[in-house]
Amino acid sequence: MSVKPLAMRDVLLDRIWRAMAEDHKIFFVCADFGSPILDKIRADFPERFVNVGIAEQNLINVSAGLALEDYTVFAYAIAPFITMRCYEQIRVSLALLSEVRPMNVNLIGVGAGYSYVVSGPTHQCYEDITLMRALPNFRVLSPSDHVSAGALFDRCVSSTGPKYLRLDAQVLPVLYEAGAPDLDVGFHVHRSGDGVCLVATGYMLHTALKVAESLTAAGHSVGVIDLFDISHFAADQLQAVLSPYTGIVTLEEGFRGRGGVDAMLFEFIARRGLAARMLNIGVEGAYRFELGSRMELHEQVGIGHGSVLRSVTTFIQSLSD
Amino acid sequence: MNVGPIDLRAKAHWVWRETLAVHRRAPETRLASSLSPIEIFVALYYGGVLRFDPAQPLAEHRDRCIISKGHGSICMYPILADLGYFPLEELQRVCQAGSFLGGIPDPVIPGYETVNGSLGHGLGVASGMALGLKRKGSDRSVFVVVGDGELHEGANWEAIMFAAQHRLDNLHLIVDDNGISMLGYTDDIVSHDPLSVRLSAFGWDCMEVDGHDVAAVQAALLQMKASCAGKPQALIARTLKGHGVPGLENAPLSHIMNPKPELIDSLLEQNP
Repeated sequence: MSVKPLAMRDVLLDRIWRAMAEDHKIFFVCADFGSPILDKIRADFPERFVNVGIAEQNLINVSAGLALEDYTVFAYAIAPFITMRCYEQIRVSLALLSEVRPMNVNLIGVGAGYSYVVSGPTHQCYEDITLMRALPNFRVLSPSDHVSAGALFDRCVSSTGPKYLRLDAQVLPVLYEAGAPDLDVGFHVHRSGDGVCLVATGYMLHTALKVAESLTAAGHSVGVIDLFDISHFAADQLQAVLSPYTGIVTLEEGFRGRGGVDAMLFEFIARRGLAARMLNIGVEGAYRFELGSRMELHEQVGIGHGSVLRSVTTFIQSLSD
Repeated sequence: MNVGPIDLRAKAHWVWRETLAVHRRAPETRLASSLSPIEIFVALYYGGVLRFDPAQPLAEHRDRCIISKGHGSICMYPILADLGYFPLEELQRVCQAGSFLGGIPDPVIPGYETVNGSLGHGLGVASGMALGLKRKGSDRSVFVVVGDGELHEGANWEAIMFAAQHRLDNLHLIVDDNGISMLGYTDDIVSHDPLSVRLSAFGWDCMEVDGHDVAAVQAALLQMKASCAGKPQALIARTLKGHGVPGLENAPLSHIMNPKPELIDSLLEQNP
């Protein structure tokens, strides 16, 4: 039986709501951003819910203060605002302070990549992976469906330290029908092959799987990996999984060549001495204001199914040259 | 920890001397902004205002003191050493390799709660602590010391509105109102005047005091702490940047001025 797709945030918030009944040390803080499940949290736990208003700087600092008083804090806002509006608060009060104080603050950012399709570049988010992975002590988590998003709740409560959860705003098809991935591994192998491996995160895992189907139909052997824990994955295991491939393709719904998953994988294969060549798929160019469906926008910036299929096909041909 | 009856004026004078001596050895420290809040900190730590335990700096039963104007709090080094947070000999090593006492205090120093010196964060973090304490049913208080120049950071005003909204009467803001930031008088840069009226309009109870009258500061702090009127309280302490140092005191560029070692030596000799 297929699992009905749900919004990532609703599933994660539902886990939080259920846990708040048992665990009186969970506090929920939002910056005037809601959801139907959030209404239940507000109604059922008014003593441990607070809306700071449209004030992300204070969202972070209040969350830090609550964490210093031993609360497990979930802070909730739109992705670009909970990362970039308050970056120095995140750096000082979470990344830096957690170096010397145990603090469990989980930043939930909704609206990864182009998921706010018609809202334009203010509400879309292409820089957050780069910025958040730059901070020591931070864990950057990027699920691709509601099953993996909900499972990350376990990671949020089981490990201290600040974390950033990058959630899609749209309801995406379920990719983990058989159950959530192993959180300790930090990545999940969806397909194995021996030619090119597509390493994707978030929404781009969906594109990667479709592209892999097309490439397989064309006779290529393609692997697909979901890298959902961008900062804390099992490095030896990833090296072992990537070793057979002659080409590695990174796919992210963020700017290409600006320190995101592409840079992280570049550093990884260089450090580990892997011989594979690399292709990076990410948002090309600068900020854009065109309107269209998410798929159309993706094609415009080089990360749509058609663009990726062309780029990877060319890349595969170049590997045998 | 109960420090018992103590001559607060004599203690403030000792801290003033020790702060000059620290700066004499470590000129990287900010002297002028560390001389204006001496009586504030002496009243807090020796005046029966704060509950604290040097043997357990982060003990649950402590009152929280967030020193948000971090770089302007070098006077806390002798205070914390005197109270037993760390040995007095550490004052000889400020800014030296291997010391934990830097030019801008970090939370590795016993007695410092949070990251300071990057300005404008203390009050927001303190608001979260104050809310957390209330929700835990704790009767502990949170004190925050900021500079008036620091209030230019907008995040403070997010926290000021938040604290009033949530009736955080366990939150106590102390403004070291020395009237000078790095490049001049705050009134000439972006004026807060009248600060007490502004804070009152934002829903805070507000008092003003001569920040160098340590007994008056102590009385005001004790009054603030006893208040449980459903409002956060602010104490605006009118102070002088570079207090007691000729040429430095109230000089518009005092933040970045270092008095000559000979001047410090003669001041220490003339003011035993």
